[in-house]
Amino acid sequence: MPNYSWPAMDKRRVMGQPIKRLDGPVKASGRAKYNSDVHPKDMLWATLVTSPHAHARITAIDLSPAEKMPGVTAVRAIKKAGDEVQWAGTEIASIAAINEEVARDAARAVAVKYEVLPHLVQEQDLAKAGTRAKPAGEQVSGDPDQAFKDADVVVEGEYGVPVITHCCLESHGTIVQWNGDHVEVWPSTQNVSGVPAAFATALKVPANQIHVHMDHVGGGFGSKFPLDLWDAEAAQLSKASGGKPVKMFLDRETELTIAGVRPSAFAKVKLGAKKDGTFTVWESKTWGSGGFQAAGLNADLFPYVYRKVANRRVNHSGVSLNAGSARAWRAPNHPQVSLITCSALDDLAAKLGMDPLQFFLKNADLTNKPDVYRAQLNKAAAMIEWSKYGHARPDQTKGPIKRGLGIGVNTWGGLGHESQCRITIQADGSVEVDLGSQDLGTATRTMIAMVAAETFGLQVGQISIGLGDTQFPPSGGSGGSTTIGGVTVSTRKAAVNALGKIFDLLATSMSVPADQLEAIDGRIQQKGNPGKAISWKQACAKLGAQTISEMGENLPRNAPKEGLINQGVSGVQMADVSVDIETGIVKMNRMVAVQDCGLVVNPRTAESQVLGACIMSTCASLFEERVMDQQTGRVLNADMEFYKLSGIGDIGEILVHMDISPEHDARGIIGLGEPPAVGGMAAISNAVANAIGVRVGILPLTPNRVLAALANGRNA
Amino acid sequence: MSSPRGDSKNKRKSAFSRRGFLQGLGAGTGVLSTGILAEQEAQAAPAAVSGPDAVSITLEINGKSYKATVEPRTTLLDTLRNQLDMTGAKRVCDRGTCGACTVIVDKKVMYSCTILAVDAQGKKIETIEGLAPEGKLHPVSQAFWDNDAQQCGYCTPGFVMAAKGLLDRNPNPTYEQVKKGLGGNLCRCGTYVGVRKAVLQASKDMGGKHA
Repeated sequence: MPNYSWPAMDKRRVMGQPIKRLDGPVKASGRAKYNSDVHPKDMLWATLVTSPHAHARITAIDLSPAEKMPGVTAVRAIKKAGDEVQWAGTEIASIAAINEEVARDAARAVAVKYEVLPHLVQEQDLAKAGTRAKPAGEQVSGDPDQAFKDADVVVEGEYGVPVITHCCLESHGTIVQWNGDHVEVWPSTQNVSGVPAAFATALKVPANQIHVHMDHVGGGFGSKFPLDLWDAEAAQLSKASGGKPVKMFLDRETELTIAGVRPSAFAKVKLGAKKDGTFTVWESKTWGSGGFQAAGLNADLFPYVYRKVANRRVNHSGVSLNAGSARAWRAPNHPQVSLITCSALDDLAAKLGMDPLQFFLKNADLTNKPDVYRAQLNKAAAMIEWSKYGHARPDQTKGPIKRGLGIGVNTWGGLGHESQCRITIQADGSVEVDLGSQDLGTATRTMIAMVAAETFGLQVGQISIGLGDTQFPPSGGSGGSTTIGGVTVSTRKAAVNALGKIFDLLATSMSVPADQLEAIDGRIQQKGNPGKAISWKQACAKLGAQTISEMGENLPRNAPKEGLINQGVSGVQMADVSVDIETGIVKMNRMVAVQDCGLVVNPRTAESQVLGACIMSTCASLFEERVMDQQTGRVLNADMEFYKLSGIGDIGEILVHMDISPEHDARGIIGLGEPPAVGGMAAISNAVANAIGVRVGILPLTPNRVLAALANGRNA
Repeated sequence: MSSPRGDSKNKRKSAFSRRGFLQGLGAGTGVLSTGILAEQEAQAAPAAVSGPDAVSITLEINGKSYKATVEPRTTLLDTLRNQLDMTGAKRVCDRGTCGACTVIVDKKVMYSCTILAVDAQGKKIETIEGLAPEGKLHPVSQAFWDNDAQQCGYCTPGFVMAAKGLLDRNPNPTYEQVKKGLGGNLCRCGTYVGVRKAVLQASKDMGGKHA
């Protein structure tokens, strides 16, 4: 069995270096072709007819006005008379035409009649949800009732965060050409290798007749896994239009209405502690909605991170709404659970008259990694200068601007998805690494090249990467921070296997046993002896007419015992905000993030991941909210003017500390997509409470909510 | 859009621009902080009626002349992307909010989704494709790469063009001027920290000269 383990930390020449992302130039010059940029010959344009009603029964559909329009090549009914629609934006019909303008004109010409039915589109007031709220059932451990009697301090609070949308800048969509038996697909997906199987089922075409291409994807964040109805429609429209390629990418309004959201979470929390600050009991009733199928939250995660509290009672109700469905959203469940838990703990500390940092430190024994969280809390506190800026609630500074600090914590799993990699080495020394994976902007491509370069003793520029094509060996979907685990293991194994073939080839001519050779700095040499070496090019030249082609595989069930990758990370975010108590405007001054993710392959792109996560958390804390109109049942802000993301000027300074140490490194590689996206909302909400002395319970912390909370505080 | 327009200078000073109106609504966010909507900048045009059928137009893009046949309602963005295969400018919000489609028209930074292709005739249009020959990087693009100011990269071309336009106007911007100058572009992955560093680096690399 070859030794696949990572080179020792101090021996690595490529991994661990801040290497610039390989696709940087093509992206920064505007030459990267995303699939929404691709334009195959004779391409047609498709669009959807969608329901304007949140809940209705279709009484009639007349496609004929659209069918008669010049330039329209295909019109398909997706629903039929008698069908019920359960949210606005539901797909009713699809159209293909010679250009987008004609397709949209035709969509407007389709006549659909509805019998409008009553709808429910708002869930913040649980009492109004009636039977649409389904409790998951109470979970109890310890004796919460007794614990509340024994507690010296008890606090109750209400917290929440509304539905937010992924708002990927490249909308969901696909270009498909279904020509006879063969299907060519240019999707915008987080799971290239999974597309053929999904299309095969939908179209009843053998999966081996489906070819998928995707070089780049303009954002996913968890929303681009499934084969969507509109993808399959694009294929059907292509077939119905004589096999011409059909482009179906959602317009922004449809994108924000039906292409996925993060479930809301609202909570009534009661918790208690001893006088010395020991947290003893947690009780939460939570509710939220992930759309018509309700879904919602995993209440098992309460209280977040501080899980070993002796007494707890939790219950969660999913509320079925007539609104577009939830999809995985960067760290499913965790940001909401972290917000609710850390806000409540912060309020408990305030009632105890205790510094929140001391409270989070004191109770770290209730986490599964007390030493790690303590060290991270202390590090983050030093970075944000807690001793200088920390204070009891509220900021006593005179004038309208109040400043405060707050804490949020995170955790996540990791390991790696199933992944296969093929490495081909030619006699000219060229190295090709192929995987059916995808790079979501997380620098997956760069990491793969780094692992291969490290193994072969080469530079990343000497490695060609083939990604995003189903002609390459399959690799899993990019979700749950499992990509880097999957692709680095499969690449490492394929590279070690291929290098073994080179060593076998050279052993005789170099008079060195194969197991005594090493690849380093562009040479193959006797271990530790640069005097007995030949260059990589000379070594490969000995292949003559042969080509080396070796596979490597990550199997999730074997990964834990192999030790190359791991799971379970910890992190802390702290925020520094200013609040204008006259206008209610909250400004994020600074955020710091301390994050462990095991062996860090590329500190430059890892830091970018954390910075991005802090910015996304800031967006969700201050600006983002899907607003539903109770009258019409539609999304009121399905555009980017009123569905607000932060701009460059809304973001303060962000400091990132990657917890790189021999102890963390020895654990192996762990994914980083989710964890730093978790704690920021709690950090900002707590910082605002620290600044102004009252809790603004519901995010985003808009001026009206801040002013209302201040007014309630004055009246209390 | 085909109706006669008033004097363009007066137009620019109008207190009731759409952008100004939106700024009023957007209190507390920096998202809507730069005035690059096309409508404000549109030049006085004769009242020639074109359409509704497709018309033949000529556009001057990156110093070259291109012919296209478009419906009068077709935007410059869609013409670039769908007819001329210049796909650096992206269609994201499609209504003058996000800046992913940023181009430079007669030296003004503009959202190409808010300019009709027929109205872009006779103007000098710069797109990201014209910044540097294929295989080479303009100093602004180079600085974006050097500072990892990109993740998924879909907003990046718009940011690069907005940054180029900013440096054309102000070759030595302060940090605060960079934040304000790029306030008309949105990123979802969260690359703003890198973008701010990139623009300052590009300014330095170009020796404070126009981009």
